[in-house]
Amino acid sequence: MPRRLLLAALGAALIALLLTAPSAFADTFTPESGGSPNADDIDTLYKITLYVAIVIFLIVEATLIWSLVRYRHRRSRPDGAQIRGNTPLEVGWTLAAALILVVLTVVTFVYLDDIENPPESGPNGLQASQTRFASVDQPAPPSGRPYLRIKVNGQQYLWRYVYPGKRTVFSYYTMVVPVDTTVVLEITSSDVIHSWWIPKLGGKADAVPGHVNETWFKIPPDKAGTTFIGQCAELCGSNHADMRAAVKAVTPAQYQAWAEKRADQIETAGKALGEQRKEGEGAVIPEQ
Amino acid sequence: MEAGTATTSKLVRPEVALQGLKAEPRGWLAWLTTTDHKKIGILYIFATFLFFILGGVEALIMRLQLAQPSNTLVTPETYNGLVTMHGTTMVFLFVVPVLAGFANYLVPLMIGARDMAFPRLNALSFWLLLFGGVAFYMSVFFEPPQAGWTMYPPLSDDAFSPSGGVDAWIFMIHLTGISSLVGAINFVATIHNMRAPGMSWGRMPLFVWTILVYAYLLIAALPAVAAAVTMLLTDRHFGTAFFDPTGGGDPLLWQHLFWFFGHPEVYIMVLPAFGMISEILPVFARKPIFGYRAIAASTVAIAFLGLLVWAHHMFATPTATVVLAFFMLSSFTIAVPTGIKIFNWIATLWRGSIVYKTPLLYAAAVPGLFVIGGISGVILAIFPVDWQLTDTYFVVAHMHYVLFGGAVFGIFAGLYYWFPKMSGRLMSEGLGKTSFWLMFIGFNTTFLVQHSAGLSGMPRRVYDYDDSLGVSVYNLISTIGAFILAFGILLTLINVIHSIRKGKRAGNDPWQGNTLEWFTTSPPPPNNFDSIPRVRSVEPMKDIRREVLARSRPAETVAQPAAPRSL
Repeated sequence: MPRRLLLAALGAALIALLLTAPSAFADTFTPESGGSPNADDIDTLYKITLYVAIVIFLIVEATLIWSLVRYRHRRSRPDGAQIRGNTPLEVGWTLAAALILVVLTVVTFVYLDDIENPPESGPNGLQASQTRFASVDQPAPPSGRPYLRIKVNGQQYLWRYVYPGKRTVFSYYTMVVPVDTTVVLEITSSDVIHSWWIPKLGGKADAVPGHVNETWFKIPPDKAGTTFIGQCAELCGSNHADMRAAVKAVTPAQYQAWAEKRADQIETAGKALGEQRKEGEGAVIPEQ
Repeated sequence: MEAGTATTSKLVRPEVALQGLKAEPRGWLAWLTTTDHKKIGILYIFATFLFFILGGVEALIMRLQLAQPSNTLVTPETYNGLVTMHGTTMVFLFVVPVLAGFANYLVPLMIGARDMAFPRLNALSFWLLLFGGVAFYMSVFFEPPQAGWTMYPPLSDDAFSPSGGVDAWIFMIHLTGISSLVGAINFVATIHNMRAPGMSWGRMPLFVWTILVYAYLLIAALPAVAAAVTMLLTDRHFGTAFFDPTGGGDPLLWQHLFWFFGHPEVYIMVLPAFGMISEILPVFARKPIFGYRAIAASTVAIAFLGLLVWAHHMFATPTATVVLAFFMLSSFTIAVPTGIKIFNWIATLWRGSIVYKTPLLYAAAVPGLFVIGGISGVILAIFPVDWQLTDTYFVVAHMHYVLFGGAVFGIFAGLYYWFPKMSGRLMSEGLGKTSFWLMFIGFNTTFLVQHSAGLSGMPRRVYDYDDSLGVSVYNLISTIGAFILAFGILLTLINVIHSIRKGKRAGNDPWQGNTLEWFTTSPPPPNNFDSIPRVRSVEPMKDIRREVLARSRPAETVAQPAAPRSL
């Protein structure tokens, strides 16, 4: 019986692994989450599907392995049972498979609305009164708390972000956003196709030249100070692997201060550039 | 050959008189000029396995580069070239044509025909494939394409990929496309018109069913990609802007056209492998296939639904939710006929008397591995979940469970099963079983952890990753697994080379097969059958064995001797 013992031990080890897995290796078997409600909902939807999948997987593999082991060729039984089919059984498993898919469809549509549609910003987020940077042409959500609409542009091999407001504010690589504020991204590309992806903040949105793709995230207030990292997910050329992105979550006040400072910097740099141009022109004119 | 031995009739019949009949060429010239479906089949299998080795070596170089973070074995440009060549080679130059090779060899034998309907067209199919592959691999002498096997514009357009590598790829698509298309027409004509007397649709071997569906799918899907690559060619060189947004075109048009072909292509690759194991499992379980009609019908259903799911590759593109929902539901529905097949195979093994030969091991692995790819496929079909998983290593793992676990394990089952028919010799069981277990363990070691790499945030098609991503261990395991897998494949290749010369003689019917190819000699004569038996069930060879047994019994044990009739 050592063979049986070995099998039992293997089975026990497998079950132990499966039981301890959810806590120990949570993100080994599930998508990244924790930075935004849509990422959390995707994670939940994935987990529900995974549990259904594990049951089906175990049934299929167990029946297969059991049949392979139990019905080995024996001299006493040279031929197998001459069964050609069983209509009730076949109709049964067809309906069962269809039923599981109906359940998955229903579950998906239950979660879809929360994943797809941006909620309103929270009470600790950027307020309409304090924001000088919210765009003016956007429809106000019922609470009057605005979304922060950021334009994201993919280009080989970096991401450029343009922030709303009267003054020009843009940044590269790191996007700075206030917590508890719904940030809606308008994503496009100016060269090849890229794909925006910060795993903890939700799913991907392809950046396709000629199209504007939208996605959103809303970082909970306790995550202020956290930087979420991600990278381009669509092959975009030789340095595709190095096209990283980061989203830095700050408090609304810090965001305001950062945006002001950034606007000042950009203006100063712009003026300096203008001076340089003038000097350049001045140097050229005498030669004519 | 001794084709004349059967026709001993004394009747005077009109005959075609030949003058100056040339002797059949011998040696390599025989292979170059052949129109015999069996020789063409072997040419196909030989050439496609060479491409399989090339694609495999490309994969091993990629795995070595990814074995640890910040590795500098290859440059990013080389890596992207390897990504593109590996995908292209495995899809267009290995899986699809190797199945055409098996089908070439087996379909006429299985349906009791003496050749394909159009033998010379058949030869053209093979040579177009070979030159397509050669045209593509010539690009290593200048610059291989680097835009991935999906070749998405604008990256593949002249502005971002000025080298001729993309053009070499386009010509390869055209040449192999025409090859597959005329091959498909040939299979359709053969299967519709040349079946043995008595072989109605309901008695046709399941492998032939899948090849018929494979052929129709190729005819339906290939024109879309042929049009798309022609548009890409004119975009690159003749100033059109089909896919160029600056000229009013749309890159998403390419994705729709490509995947309208690309998703049926998945079923083109996997259905014939399913057909193979539907032949192999019942033979070694010593039991009829469970639910013949359900398996044949589900093949047709998968093919039909397979034409309606293409945009599930585009869930992250800017597309209306209602469209995404449609493609999610259509992708879900495919799981039903696929599940039916898996259940039927398991039910075929259940209460069988399973003989453990190498072909059985490979065939039994297919439902066990494919179910993982099928389940991850359902997870990927849920489009909000797909937003997290698409373009990551989760997808890489999924597609390898489908195409390696499903198609390639099926192809290896077929290789071990039909090798005795093709060569007349058995392959070594010891080497075969060792090869199987190494491949099985290596395959799972390579690809199971890639699910986790993807879930942790590792995108596909990256030449490097950051240690902080937490995927270094997965990648190291995956690389080790890839080499175990490669070693397993190497053993099978050694087994083939060894057994061609030194294998045990197989005889006509070493496995007690069910289908007509086992009725003729191994290897079969050029005309396949001297007399073609009348088919009375889905298992004509089983009927023949039973009849031979009845006839060879002593007369007193048989109450009513069978009336003499030609087999």
